[in-house]
Amino acid sequence: MDIAWYLVLSAFIFCIGGAGVLTRRSPLVILICLELMLNAGNLALVAFARMTGTGDGQVFALVVMIVAACEVVVGLGLIVAMYRSHLPMDVDDMSELHG
Amino acid sequence: MESVVFFVAAFMAIGGALGVVLQRNPFYSVLSLVVHLLALAALFLLLSAEFIAAAQVIVYAGAVMVLYVFVVAYVGGLEDPLMEPNPVLRIAAPLFAVALGVELSVAILGSGLKGIDSRGPHVGAGFGSPAQIGQLFLTRFLIAFEVVSLLLLIAAVGAVVLARKSAAHPQADERVPGGTV
Amino acid sequence: MTATTFGWLVLAFPLAGSIVIALGFRRLPGRTAGWIGSAAIGLAFASSIGALIDLQSHPADARTLTSSLWDYVSTAGVSAKLGILVDPLAVFMCLVVSGVSFLIHVYSVAYMDSDQGYRRYFSYLNFFVFSMLLLVLAGNFVILIVGWAFVGFASYALISFWYRRRTATHAGIKAFVINVIGDVGLVIAAILIQRGTGALDFPGVFARAGDTWGQNEWGIVAICLLILVGAFAKSAQIPFHTWLADAMEGPTPVSALIHAATMVTAGVYLIARMHPLFELAPTAADISAAIGAFTLIFAASVALVVTDLKRIIAYSTISQIGYMIMAVSIAAYGAGMFHLMTHAFFKALMFMAAGSVIAAMAGVQDIDRMSGLRRAMPFTSAAFLIAALALGAFPGFSGYFSKDEILAFAAERGGGYWILWAAGTVGALATALYAFRMIFRVFFGEPNEEARELQEGRLPHGEHVNPATGEPEDTDVGYPGPEHHIAEREAAMRGPMTILAVLAIVGGFVQIPGVTHVIEHFLDPTFADSRFIDVETSTGHEALALVAGAVSSLAGIALAWALYVRNPGTTLRLVARFPHLHGFLVHKWYFDEAYDALVVRPMLALGRGASTTFERVVIGGMASGTALAVRAGNSAVRVAQSGLLRNYALLVMTGATALGLYFLIVAR
Repeated sequence: MDIAWYLVLSAFIFCIGGAGVLTRRSPLVILICLELMLNAGNLALVAFARMTGTGDGQVFALVVMIVAACEVVVGLGLIVAMYRSHLPMDVDDMSELHG
Repeated sequence: MESVVFFVAAFMAIGGALGVVLQRNPFYSVLSLVVHLLALAALFLLLSAEFIAAAQVIVYAGAVMVLYVFVVAYVGGLEDPLMEPNPVLRIAAPLFAVALGVELSVAILGSGLKGIDSRGPHVGAGFGSPAQIGQLFLTRFLIAFEVVSLLLLIAAVGAVVLARKSAAHPQADERVPGGTV
Repeated sequence: MTATTFGWLVLAFPLAGSIVIALGFRRLPGRTAGWIGSAAIGLAFASSIGALIDLQSHPADARTLTSSLWDYVSTAGVSAKLGILVDPLAVFMCLVVSGVSFLIHVYSVAYMDSDQGYRRYFSYLNFFVFSMLLLVLAGNFVILIVGWAFVGFASYALISFWYRRRTATHAGIKAFVINVIGDVGLVIAAILIQRGTGALDFPGVFARAGDTWGQNEWGIVAICLLILVGAFAKSAQIPFHTWLADAMEGPTPVSALIHAATMVTAGVYLIARMHPLFELAPTAADISAAIGAFTLIFAASVALVVTDLKRIIAYSTISQIGYMIMAVSIAAYGAGMFHLMTHAFFKALMFMAAGSVIAAMAGVQDIDRMSGLRRAMPFTSAAFLIAALALGAFPGFSGYFSKDEILAFAAERGGGYWILWAAGTVGALATALYAFRMIFRVFFGEPNEEARELQEGRLPHGEHVNPATGEPEDTDVGYPGPEHHIAEREAAMRGPMTILAVLAIVGGFVQIPGVTHVIEHFLDPTFADSRFIDVETSTGHEALALVAGAVSSLAGIALAWALYVRNPGTTLRLVARFPHLHGFLVHKWYFDEAYDALVVRPMLALGRGASTTFERVVIGGMASGTALAVRAGNSAVRVAQSGLLRNYALLVMTGATALGLYFLIVAR
C-alpha cells in the first residue's frame, strides 16, 4: 500500500482520540484516549521510516512508546491517589485552578 | 494480499478507536484499546517494523494495558452518562475533530511529499530488525537512550511516591464495612 | 605685589570672613562676629588701595590687567577661566564698595546688637560683599554671571533676614524672582555674545565686537537689550523696579549697603563695562537713557507721597539710579561713576540716620507719627540734614557736582538729549522737595511723644510689631532683637556716619567742573576706546547745568519749607483736592497691581489649573487608565481560565486546527 494510506489512517485515529479527550468525563478514559493519540503518532512515524528507508523513525517510535509507558504509570498513580482521597472521578468537578 | 491485510487491520484499528471513545463502561474501553493495539501491531508488520510490532504487543498491549486493567478493577467503572451536559462541547468536540481530520488529510495528500505515492524504497532484510534498532540506539541516539532510561527511573520513583499512604489522608485506605465508596 | 594679586586678596578677605563667622557661629561671643566681619572688609579696602597704587604705577595705556587661577570651562568653542580683570573701573568700584561696606559693617556692629541672628547677619553681609567684589572684578562673562547670581542670593538672604515675618519672606521672594528674570536676560546675552564673537572674556569680546556686528545691527541691539534686562532688574529700573520698595523689610544697614550703595549700582557698572557693545548699538543705549529718565521722574513722584520713611529713601534710590543709568547710556561714563560714588556716600548716610530715627521711634517707620526729633537727636538730625542737602544737590555738596556733570553732558550731546536734561532738572526739583519733606516732617515741628521721652533721657520702648502690618512679634530668632540702638548712644554708629558726612560734603570737590577732573582722568584708560571720549562739555553748558541745578535745588527746598513749616496742612488739603492723583501716586502708579493682574494671577491660575485638571485628568488618567485597561484586558482573558480540563483541551484543539488551516492556506 502507498504510504499515504497509513498516514491518513494515522490522522483519523488521532482525531478520534482527540474527540474522545474532549468528550469523556472520567480521567481514566481520557488517559486511554491519549494513548490512542500517541499510537496514531507512532503509526505515522513508522510509516515515514518506511518511506525514507532509514531506521530513525522506528527508534523515535520506540522512544514514544517508552514515554507513553512512563506517562501511564504516573497518570494511573494519580488516579489511584484521587480515588483513595475520595475525590470525584469527574474532570468537570475538579476545577479549583480556575482563574 | 497485502491490501487485504491492510484493510482488515485498518478497520480493526478504527473500530477499536471508536470503541474506546464511544463505550460508556471504562472496562470495555480498555478492551477496545487492546484490540486497537493489536491491529496497529499488524500494521507495523506491514511496514517492515518487526521489532516495533513485537514491542507494541509485549510492552504496550502486554504491560501497559495490564496496568490499565488493574486500575480499572481497583477504581471501579463509573459509567458516564450518554448525553454530554456541556452544550458547547457537545457540538464543538465532534466538529473540531472532523475539521482536524479533514485538514490533516488534505495536508498529507496535497503536500506533495515525495514518496507518499510509493511504497517506499526497497529495503533489505535487516530493516526494522532488533539488530538495526539496537545499533541505532547505541550509536546515533545514545543520548536519547540514556535520557529515556532516566525517564523510566523517574517514572518509577513517581509511582512509588504517589502510591504511598500520605499523612494528610490517614483514613484514605479504610474500607467502610458493608459498602463501597 | 602686583595689582592682580591685590585683586585676589580683595576677593579672599570677605570670603574668608564669611566662612569663619559661619563656622564659628555658636562660639563667637558678643560683638566678635561683627568685628571679624568689619576687619575682613577693612582688609579688602586696604587691598583695593594697594591695587590702586600699583595700577597707577603702570603707564596709562597698559592699565588693563588680567589674571586667572585655573580653567573653568574648556571645551570646543567655549573656554572660560576663573579670571579677574583689574582696570581703573574695577578698582574704582572696589574702592567704593569695600569702603562703604566697611563703614556699614562698623555701624551694624552696634545697630544689630541684641539680635539673635547677629552672626548669621555678618556672615551673610560678608558673603554679599564678596559677591559684589567678584562681580566688579570679573574678567569674563562666566564669572560675572556667577557674581551676579551670588549677589542676588545674598540680597534674598538679607531681605528675608527676619525670616519669621511673612512680609519679609514675601519681599525676599519677590526680589529674588525679579533678579532671576534679569539673570536670564544676562545669560542669554552672554550666550549670544559667545556665539557671535567666539570669546567670553571681556578684552577678547570687546576687541572682536566691532568685526562681528555692524553699527546698530539687530544682533547687537538684541544683545544690548538683554543686557539691559539684567541691568534693570538688578538696579530696580522700570519695569523691574517693584522689588526695591518691598526690600526695605530687611534691616536698615542692609538697605544702606545693598539697596543704596552697592548692589543696585551693579546695573550701572554693567552698562559702563559693556560700553563698547552699547556704542555699537546706539538704539539700545537710547532706550536705556529714556527708561532711566522715565524711572527718575516716576520714582521722584512716588517719593513725594509715601509715608514710610525707608520707602521714601528707597524710591529716592530708584530715582538717583535713574540718573546714573541715564549718564552711562549717553556715554557720560565719568559723570555716571562720579554720581555713583557720591550717591553711595550720602544715601548710606541717610539710611544710617534713618535707622537711628526708627530705633528712637521703637520700630515705627511711619513719618506721620514722627515730628520734632531735632532736639532729642542732634547728631542724627545733623547727619540726616547733610545727607538731604547732598541728595537735593544743594550747591557745594557732593551731589550738586555729580548731578550737574550728568546734566551738562546731556546738554552737550544736544538734539533729543535736551529732553533728558529737562527730565533731570525737573527730577532735581522733586528730589530736593522730597528730601526736605523728610527733614521737615521728621525733625521739625513739635516734639512727639518719643522725642519727649528721649529728651528726658529714656529710650522709648514700644510693642514689638511688624511695622507694615502691625502684627505682634516676639524677639526670638527670626525677628528683630529687643533692643534699639540710636547713634547718640553708640560710638560705633557715630564713627561711620561722621566719615560719610564728611565725604558727602567734600566728595564733590574731586570733580568740580572745569577745575578738577580726578575721577575722569582716573577712569580714562578704561573708556579710552569710547567714541565720546573727547566730548568735552562746553563752558556754556556747564554753566547752564550749574545754574539750573542750583535753582532747582533751592526752589525745592523753599517749596518744602513752605509746605511743611510755613503752612502745615497744605499737603492735606492738596490730598483732599486731588484724591485720585494722590491714590495713583501712593499706589506707585499701580505697577504692583498691574503685575499682579497681568503676570501673577495668570501664572497662579495656570498652576492651579494644571494641578487640578491636567494633573488629575491627563496624568492621573494615564496612570489609572493604564491600570484600568490592563484590568479590563485581564478580566477578558480570565474567562478562558475556567479550571475545566476539557475546555483547555478544546482550546488546544481549536488552536491546532486553526494553525493547520493557516499553513494549508499559506502553502497553497
